[in-house]
Parts: sequence; C-alpha cells; structure tokens
Amino acid sequence: MEETLKIVVLVKHVPDAQFDRHITGPGNTTDRDESILSELDEYALEAALQLAEERGGAKAGNEVIALSMGPSGAVNAVKKSLQIGAYSGVHLSDDALAGSDAAATSLALAATIRHLSADGRPVDLVLTGMASTDGETSLIPAQLAERLSLPQLTFASSLEVNGGTVVARRDAGSHSETVEAQLPALVSVTDQINEPRYPNFKGILAAKKKKIASLSLADIGVDPSEVGQAGSWTVVESAAARPPRTAGTIITDEGDAGIKLVDFLAAQKLL
Amino acid sequence: MANALVFIDNPGAALKKSSLELLTLARKLGETAVAINGEVTDDVAATLGAYGVATIYQPSVADLDDYLIAPKAAYLAAAVATSGANAVLIENSPEGKEIAGRLGIKLNAGVITDVVGLDADGTAHKSVLAGSYNTTAKATTPVSVFSVKANIVEPEPAGTVTAPATAKVEVPADAAAYAARISSRTEKPASGRPDLSEARIVVAGGRGVDGDFGPLEELADALGAAVGASRAATDAGWIGHDAQVGQTGVTVSPQLYISAGISGAIQQKAGMQTSKVIVAINKDAESPVFEIADFGIIGDLFKVVPQATAEIKKRKG
Repeated sequence: MEETLKIVVLVKHVPDAQFDRHITGPGNTTDRDESILSELDEYALEAALQLAEERGGAKAGNEVIALSMGPSGAVNAVKKSLQIGAYSGVHLSDDALAGSDAAATSLALAATIRHLSADGRPVDLVLTGMASTDGETSLIPAQLAERLSLPQLTFASSLEVNGGTVVARRDAGSHSETVEAQLPALVSVTDQINEPRYPNFKGILAAKKKKIASLSLADIGVDPSEVGQAGSWTVVESAAARPPRTAGTIITDEGDAGIKLVDFLAAQKLL
Repeated sequence: MANALVFIDNPGAALKKSSLELLTLARKLGETAVAINGEVTDDVAATLGAYGVATIYQPSVADLDDYLIAPKAAYLAAAVATSGANAVLIENSPEGKEIAGRLGIKLNAGVITDVVGLDADGTAHKSVLAGSYNTTAKATTPVSVFSVKANIVEPEPAGTVTAPATAKVEVPADAAAYAARISSRTEKPASGRPDLSEARIVVAGGRGVDGDFGPLEELADALGAAVGASRAATDAGWIGHDAQVGQTGVTVSPQLYISAGISGAIQQKAGMQTSKVIVAINKDAESPVFEIADFGIIGDLFKVVPQATAEIKKRKG
C-alpha cells in the first residue's frame, strides 16, 4: 500500500480580477475588500485532493491542510478551500504581518509549515498555484522552498508521487521537462494540471464541521520585526493609477478594412 | 569591483536581444560583470566586450542544467560574493524569476520582479494589477535583485569596447542538495517566429478564429510577429497553451498587438493592455476590446486579415 501524505496547500485571498482593483494606504498595498480565493490556487487544492484520495483520503490518515496568511478576511480563502474539500484549515493572522513583501511572507509561511510539522508528523508536500492573481510575482514558491531547504518542482502540468519520489512535468519556457525529487518537496502547479472541482451542497455542509486553526506570530515563533514592512526587503515607493486607455478610431469593414489597417500601421511606423 | 551582475543562462552562439537589453540597463548602474552558465564562444565574448562588460564569470561545475533552479541560485550567490556586485539583473522568464527568488533569500536581498524600467539609483518601475497601476519599488537591502522584462530598452553597445577578464566562481558543493533533478528535457518545436514574451509585434486570435489560426499565422509571418491566443482558443485546443496571452498565460507588452476574434474579457486584457498600440478586429461591435483599441475594425477577420496580409506583402515588395 502507498504511504499516506501530509499536504499543505497555500491559498490566497485576492481581489476579484473581474472588478477594478486598487492600491491604497501609506504602504501602497492592495485593497482586499472584495476578495475571493485566488483562482490559480484551486488547481493546487485539486492536485492535493487527488493525491490524498488515491491513498484512501482522510480515513486512511492523509492530511490536506489549506493554509492562508492574511488579515481576518483571508479566513474566507480557507473556508472556501474546506468547502471544496480540504480536510482542515490554518489561518495565520497578525497585525504585524501587514505590508509583508515576498521575502517576509515566505519567512512567516516557512515558520508556519515548520510549526505544522512539529506534531511529530512532518509535512511531506507543499502545494501552491503558479502565481497569485494579484501580485503575480511567482516568488513565494521559490522563496519558501529556499527557506525550508526543499527541492522545488514548479510550474508542474502533471504530478505523481510514487514511493517517496515526486515526479512532475514542467512546462515553462522553451522546453518541457520531467523533473523529480525525493519528498519532502514543494510543487507549484499550472492551470493545465487538472479541472478543479466545485464545492457541492454536501461539501458546504461538511465544511462547517472542519477545523480551522488560527495562528499568530507568537504561535509560530516569529518576531514581529522579522515580518511586515519592518521585515521586508523591498518597499513600494509610489503607485499611480494608469490612465485608462481610451478608444481610438473604430471603423466598420466596407470591403477595404484590411487596406485601412495597413495604412494605419504605416502611419504609426509599425511596418 | 563590479556594481551590476547580469546572469546569462546558456547564451549559445549569439546573445539574445533580451540579454543585450539587460547589459544595456546594467551599465546605468555602473561597472558590469556577467555570470554565464554554459559555454562562452569568441563571438559572445566579443559582444560582451562591445557592451562594456568588465568581467565574465563562469561556474566551477558543468552540471547546473541537470537540476531545477536551486543550483543556479547558489552559483549566482557565489558570483555576487566574488564580484562584490550590489545589483543582479536576470531575465523575467518563469525560471529567471524563480532563480531571483531563491537568490534573494540566499543573499538577504530584496527581489523585484517584472521590472519595466530601472533608474541609476536602483529604483525599479513596474506595471501591476494587469497594467492598471504603475509603481516604483526599491530594495532596502545592500544587494538588489531585479528580474527585468524584455523590450523595455533598445540594446546599445557601450561607448568604449572592453576586453573582459574571465574568472571561475566556485559553486558550493551542496548546491544541488535541495534541488529537483531534471530527468528528461524536450525542446518545444521551434516555430521560426519570435518568442511571444519578447516579440515586437504579436498577432493574437480568440474564439472568433473558430479553429483556424492559418490567416493569423500568415499575417504574423508577414509582420515578423509572434502568434498569441486567448484562453478560449487554447482551451479549445486550437493552438498550444504556450500561446496563451492573459492573466494565466504570458503577459506581453509589444509595440503592436493585433487582436482578432477576441472579445477582450478582463482575463485577456490583463495580458496585453500595456501594449503600445492595440489593433482589434471583431464581428461584434459591443466587444470590450474596442474600448482599449487604438484602431478597431468591426468586421469578419477571415476577410480583413488576409486582405491586410496581401497588402503588407505588396508594400514590402
């Protein structure tokens, strides 16, 4: 029988990209009032659930823990993950975390994952999306792997775990690669890896009984000076809304629009 | 002592345009060194000299390509220590950003990704939230790491040609200890077209191409452009996922973006709205893409696009 897995899935609460998004406040941070679970994290959660279900799910002793860091609203990303199927949730929240850049965020997440490993059962696999849909830096998976001394198998478009070896296909850049490493490992997945499931009524009801652990910096042994703006290594000095693009010339094709298009390109010196 | 260190991964026979752009930007920050992974041909060395590079560093090991990300970051950390550089410039590819991320942790250095402009004092310019905000950011640490987008500066050789010194950088013995091994690698078939993320011109198609990218490919070839697609077109399997422009695909910022048969939902807009000039062709006059187009044509792409292609060929002789 395949050994069971303890999987942590990072989930982020992000402003809904369907609406206008804003940067506010003295630290030039993203406004999170109208926020949802980052769409790209649903693929990571689905990948985790599939790995756990192949091994007999929760009954067999697998763990799928949805972890989110952020202010009180971020707990919604955890709740949504529990409705979709995560087995338990962790919400890391502390006022001192506000304004953390990727380096400070990865420090806090690394400490949380170490904390979750301290119950005698180390985390086998950390799963993330390929990027958040707000900051889009894609730094967290690499920085978290570095802090935890884990191999990273990032931008995975397929994923298997066989007897302690994780194998992924990586599709990024000019080639496609097969990469492998021993557990424990960190994997980020693309939106090509699977079709995430939707929460159903049963899942929504079941989620109410699932546990969400609330952790503060003191719980994970991180000093407030190591995170937030104080612990960040970068600072956003200014943020200016880009003037919205305005529509230019719109014509209706009367049989010569292709020629007019080329005239336009020539006038713009783009030929 | 170098001020800026540029990482160039496997330059091959000639330096890519994006590498020349990094070298051009790096000179603003001061004396430039490069850390190369892979072979340095005489031609590449001569180009590096023409761009004013003072020192070429190479790794003490030849197996960096056998592992993912981590050992390259370890090599660069050692190269920063050797060169004394206080800024590192890396290309903004997925791998480049990840190397930058790991390198930042190794050096306790602030990392700024997706850079679209760099000032002499290390202030980086970015375009965030799908191009809706322009921000400036700075690292507050002794060393700054930047991953820099393509096409943000014209490559320009230095005023004086240098004869770069060469030096080896000792890669730590445990560099690959925490790295995934690459067990096989398949080059994606080359289309002969420019790389989507670096192309000067992008021709992109969506649902409206209805399975046939032929006319768009012909227009792209007439313009020397890359071919892109909306998520609807890649999800339908009409074109490879690599061609996807948008929030979950490639973000492009070309001189010219021609959108054909794409409605321009937010997901797609996120990937292209910082293009200099946007041309849109769509049958539906209500398509949101017309709100951001500099030149819009309400019409059938299967008529307009071939006509434009023929006209371009005619004018180019």
